[in-house]
Order: sequence, then C-alpha cells, then structure tokens
Amino acid sequence: MAAPFLPLLVLCPLAASLIVFVSAGRLSARGVGWVACGGVGLGAFLSIVLAAGLVSGPQDGVVRANLWEWMHVTGFSADIAFMLDRLSLVMILVVTVVGLLIHVYAARYMAGDPGIARFFGCMTLFVAAMLVLVLASDLLCLFIGWEGVGLCSYLLIGFWYDNPANTAAARKAFFMTRIGDTAMLCGLLLLATVTGTLRIGSVLAATMAGQVPQPALAAAAVFVLVGALAKSAQIPFQTWLPDAMAGPTPTSALIHAATMVTAGVYLLARLHVLFAAVPAVMALVAVIGTLTLLMAACTALVQSDLKRILAWSTISQLGYMFLALGCGAWQAALFHLMTHAFFKALLFLAAGALIMRVDHEQDIFRMGGLRRTLPGITAAFVAGASALAGLPLVTAGFYSKEMILSGVWHARLELTPHIIVSGRIMWGMGLLGAFLTTLYIFRCVFIVFFGDAKTAVTSRTPGLMAVPLACLSFLSVFGGVIEMPDTIAPVHLFTALLSPGAPPSPAHEPAWLVLAGAVVPLGGLAVAWVLWGRVSPIMREMPGQAAIIRLARTGRGMDVLYDRLLVQPLRLLVWLAHIRKDLLDTVAARTVMMTREGSRLLAWVQNGRVRWYAAWVAGGLCAAFAAVMLS
Amino acid sequence: MPALSLGESLFLASVLFSVGLAGVLVRRNLVFMLMSLDIMLNATALLFVAAGARWHDASGQVMFLMILALAAVETAVGLAIILCLHARGRPTLDADTGNLLQG
Repeated sequence: MAAPFLPLLVLCPLAASLIVFVSAGRLSARGVGWVACGGVGLGAFLSIVLAAGLVSGPQDGVVRANLWEWMHVTGFSADIAFMLDRLSLVMILVVTVVGLLIHVYAARYMAGDPGIARFFGCMTLFVAAMLVLVLASDLLCLFIGWEGVGLCSYLLIGFWYDNPANTAAARKAFFMTRIGDTAMLCGLLLLATVTGTLRIGSVLAATMAGQVPQPALAAAAVFVLVGALAKSAQIPFQTWLPDAMAGPTPTSALIHAATMVTAGVYLLARLHVLFAAVPAVMALVAVIGTLTLLMAACTALVQSDLKRILAWSTISQLGYMFLALGCGAWQAALFHLMTHAFFKALLFLAAGALIMRVDHEQDIFRMGGLRRTLPGITAAFVAGASALAGLPLVTAGFYSKEMILSGVWHARLELTPHIIVSGRIMWGMGLLGAFLTTLYIFRCVFIVFFGDAKTAVTSRTPGLMAVPLACLSFLSVFGGVIEMPDTIAPVHLFTALLSPGAPPSPAHEPAWLVLAGAVVPLGGLAVAWVLWGRVSPIMREMPGQAAIIRLARTGRGMDVLYDRLLVQPLRLLVWLAHIRKDLLDTVAARTVMMTREGSRLLAWVQNGRVRWYAAWVAGGLCAAFAAVMLS
Repeated sequence: MPALSLGESLFLASVLFSVGLAGVLVRRNLVFMLMSLDIMLNATALLFVAAGARWHDASGQVMFLMILALAAVETAVGLAIILCLHARGRPTLDADTGNLLQG
C-alpha cells in the first residue's frame, strides 16, 4: 500500500534538484527557494505519512519497493530496491525534517548569492542521495547514495570556488572520504564473494547463520568500518571536516546534522549484526570512538573560530555515537544521532545568523557582549549549547548521552578472547568527554555573548531565518523526552519505536549513574563560568602562540603527517615519471603525434585545385576497380 | 559492314575514357577540359549503346539520348561559367589559378 511512496520520497528532492539545475538563471532567487523547499517539504510530508503508516501497522512491518533488477549474473544479483523499516524510518524523518528547516533557513540566507540555483540544486541533490542511502535494501544501491553524498559535499564545500582555499578544502574532503569509499567497496566485494548477495537482509542472515568464515567476516567488517570512519570523520580521517567549513553555513549544518557524517553511523547501525559477530572489530569501533571523542573535544577547547569549534564538536559527538556502536548500544547511538541533528543544526544556523549580523566576523575573541544586542540568537544558541553539553532534564542531549553512557557501562569489550576490557573504563572516558564538551561550548557562549561588546551589530535577522531557529530550539529542548532512563521516568518511546515488542532492557543501572551523568555537565558549566564567564580578562584574550597550543588549535599535526607520509612521496613519484620516459607516456605521445600528422595529411588533400580533385576521384576509382578485380 | 563485338567496343570505350580523363587531368585550359569531359561522356554513351546491342534492349539507346542531352547541358553551363568569369574581369582560362574551393 505504502510501497509506491518510497520511490516518490526520493523523487521529490531529486526532481526539485533537476528543476533548479535546469532552470538556472531563469528562476528568480525566490522561485529557486520555493522549488527547493517544496521538494524537501514534500519529502518531509511523505516521510511523516509513511511513519504514521508504519507505526500503526504490524510490529515487524517493513515497506518494500523493488524498482528494478540492476544486474544478474551467475552467483550474484543486485537490485535497485528500497526498504523502510524502523531504523530507516528514524533516518528519513531526521533527514527530511531537519533538511527542510535548513532549506527554509538557506532560502533567506543565500538569497543574495548569484549562484543560488547551483547551491539549491546541490542541497536538494544531497538530501535525495542521503534518502537513497538510508532507504536502500541492497548494499550496492546504498553505495550509490554513499557516493552521491560524497559528490554533493564536494560541490557544496567548494561552492565559492573563486577562492583557491575553498576548492582545496573541497578536494581534501573528497579525497579523504574517497579513501574510505575504496575500502568500503573492497568490503562489499568481499561480502558479495562470500555470501553471493548484497541484499542487506540476506547478508545479515548469512552472518547470523554462521555461513561466513570468520576471517572473511572480520576483513569485511574492517573494510566497511574504514569506509564509515572516513565518512564520519573519525580518527584517522578527521582532518577533512574542520576544513569543510569553507562552504556556506547552511551546507555545514546539512553536512553535520542530517546527511554526510551520519551516514557512517547509520551504516554501522544497519550492519550491527555483522559487527556483533566480530567482537574484536566492535572493540576497535569503541576504542576509536573514545579516542576521537577526547581528541576532538580537546581541540575544540582551544579553537578561536566559531564554526571550527562546532566542526570539532561534531567530530567529538560522532565519537560518542561510535563508542555506543562499539558497545552494542546501537539504539542509543541512533537516539544521539537524532538529538545531535537537532542541536547541531540549531548551533550552525544560529552561528550563521550571528556571523551575518556581526559583518562576517568568525573569531570569537573579536566578539563579546552580544546577548544584549542579539537576544533571539543568544537564546537559540544557548538552547543548542545546553543540549550539546547535555544539561540535565531540560535538554535533548542529556537523555541521549545518558542512554549512551548507561549502554557503555554494561558493555564488555572483547579485544581478544583473553583480553576483555570492561565498559566502565570507556564510561569514565565518556564522562570526561562530557565534561570537556560542556567546557568548550560554554567557553564559546561566555566569550561571544557575555563581557564587553567588541563588534557593531548590523541589519536584522529575517523572519524566515528565525522560524527554523525556533523549531530547532524547541526540538533541542524537548526532543529528548521520548526516551528517559528508568530512574527518572519509565518512558521508552524511542526504543519501542526501533524494536517494537522487545522487552525493555533488564539491566538496571544504578541511580548514581544517572546522577553522575547529570552532575558532570553542571560541573563543566561551573568551571566554564569561573574561567570565562566572570570578568577575568586573561582568559578572554586570544590564547598564546606557544607551539603546543598552535599545534592543538590548528589540528595540523595530522595534516603535516599525511603530507610527509603520503602526499610528498606521491609528488616524488609523479616527478620521477616526468623525467623518465616510460611506456605509457610513449604510447600516449605517439597517439597524439599520429593524430596530428594524419590531420595534416588530410588537410593537404583539400587544396582547392580542381584538377587535383579530379585526380583524387580518378585515383579512388582505380583503387575501387583494383579492389573488385583482386578480391 | 561488320558489327563490333562487345569486347572490341569495351576496349574502344575504355581507350576513349582514358584519353578524356588524361585530358581533364593534364590540360590547364578550361575549354580543353570541357572537351575532354565530353569525350569521357561519349565513352560511357558508347558503352550503353554496345550493351543495348548485346542484350537486344532499347534502354541502351534511350540512355544514349539522355547522355547526349546531358553533354549539351554540361557544355552550355561550363561555357556560361567561363563567360561569367571573363565578365567579372578574370581574363584567363587557366584552371590552376583558381583555388577557392578549399574549405
């Protein structure tokens, strides 16, 4: 019944994208905004209809739409097929609803830009590709969406392409995720080889039935993990995301909240059965998540660019999700993904509005005292910051972080059958991460909105931009109450949505676990207030230029390392290939030479003299006769 | 008067055609080139007549009449072109002086 809706859902933003691209220059900026918002809005409407249908339907109901068979060879077949289950339902709601709010905001934010058609074409295409990714029921079909979001992120990060730094950032993002894509493709091919199919259901069933040899399974899991790490900017692929700030702010919001970086988390959640079969890789996921979480939070603590703070914060929050995935708490990871989409979109959009009002100043040390002049933006930003920090009870981030922490507390990480790490160590690190999160985001809040005013405020925030901010503020504050720890209230709507009929988790976390998760952010807030909030002039200045601080702030350590290890040797190879004539070069050069000489010969034939033409005709005649006679 | 056999008329036609072709290729005078073209046309016409006689079919003779008309038209148009060139102030019959045919 609802099956035709699935292709339609993908088609809405795709059609909007095509219309916007094709009509480039003929539609007004307002028209472009309407088409793009309309396409995504229609998608949001359809996903809500689908959600209503799925939730009211049978408990294990799945909507399928097989569009066509892509390829069919002996031993392998692949479909273009969509599937909507509870997991993808959460994702399409996040993608379309948050995406719609970002589009509405962007329609006003980008109104004066000459490239607005190109911008919205890429944005809606981004949403369409993400929908393909989350709806695909075949891993090969999923890969289409996976590459699609990579392409769109490249186009959008390099949107203002007349600045070479922006195109360099776009190229970097594309290449780094491309490394992961290659690894992921290897993983998919390996899975296809050992199971004979890439239908997600069949692959997971084969894994559960133990039909796949363990080494192949482990290798495939590692390959897929590398792909997810690159997309989600985890260690060691984290360097592309801060540079991706080169794109317009709504793009950053879309990449960080609803699309690109969540793809990795979604993929691991989708294949959690496969990963559960390889405990060592699971442990690896948790370790990488924890390391990323702490590293990124420390880096965010010393940044001075507002958007870069938010970028490192995203990396850190994605670390939380990977930590949860590694501990088997994939529902908690998905819950955090959802609340993170709310508050990170809110933070980026508020930051964008803020930056617009202070004449495109992004350095937080040149702002200050803005709470008096920009009360609306202050309220929105503080709501987002509180949710990010996970201030207890009144924010969405608190509940999702609490769910992750309690999941991690009960986990056992099996590095090898003999080395088993208790989840409690990870829990401690997660708590430390929560403390750092509160510290860096309220450092930002106190420096930007409190203290003495340093910048003049221009213009007004347009109403069209205020609406998404208000909606997202509401979601960031109240979006988490659908799932609560038992200690506070036995509300489990989110887990009930994800796995209906399953009994609530029997593990009872001690009450002090929740208390710890509540107290730590408050402690972080207090420390941040002491350090940056009160009038303590030293901390409100630009931090020093000591080598270690500079290294931490730029996060360049990895960049330099990659440059030395990979880029320079490759450059050397290219240089060597230039000075030595190798076979391929020779072939290419000869082809060029032959083409050029041939063209010269043919040009000489056409000399404009009648008698020569007659001679050519006669010669051709003789040749034709000779050919007939001799054959 | 003995009739020519098919082989003999074929031989005569190809000799005539070759002579005409050589004339077109070798002579630079446009009038001579036109005359050589006519010789080539006559060679083909002769071929049609010979073929018609061989298969006792009147189509050969019909085709000869058409070629005759074609040759007359071709000569008329060719001479008209030469006269036009003269009228435009290009007082030469040398074919090699014109090379505006190249693209």
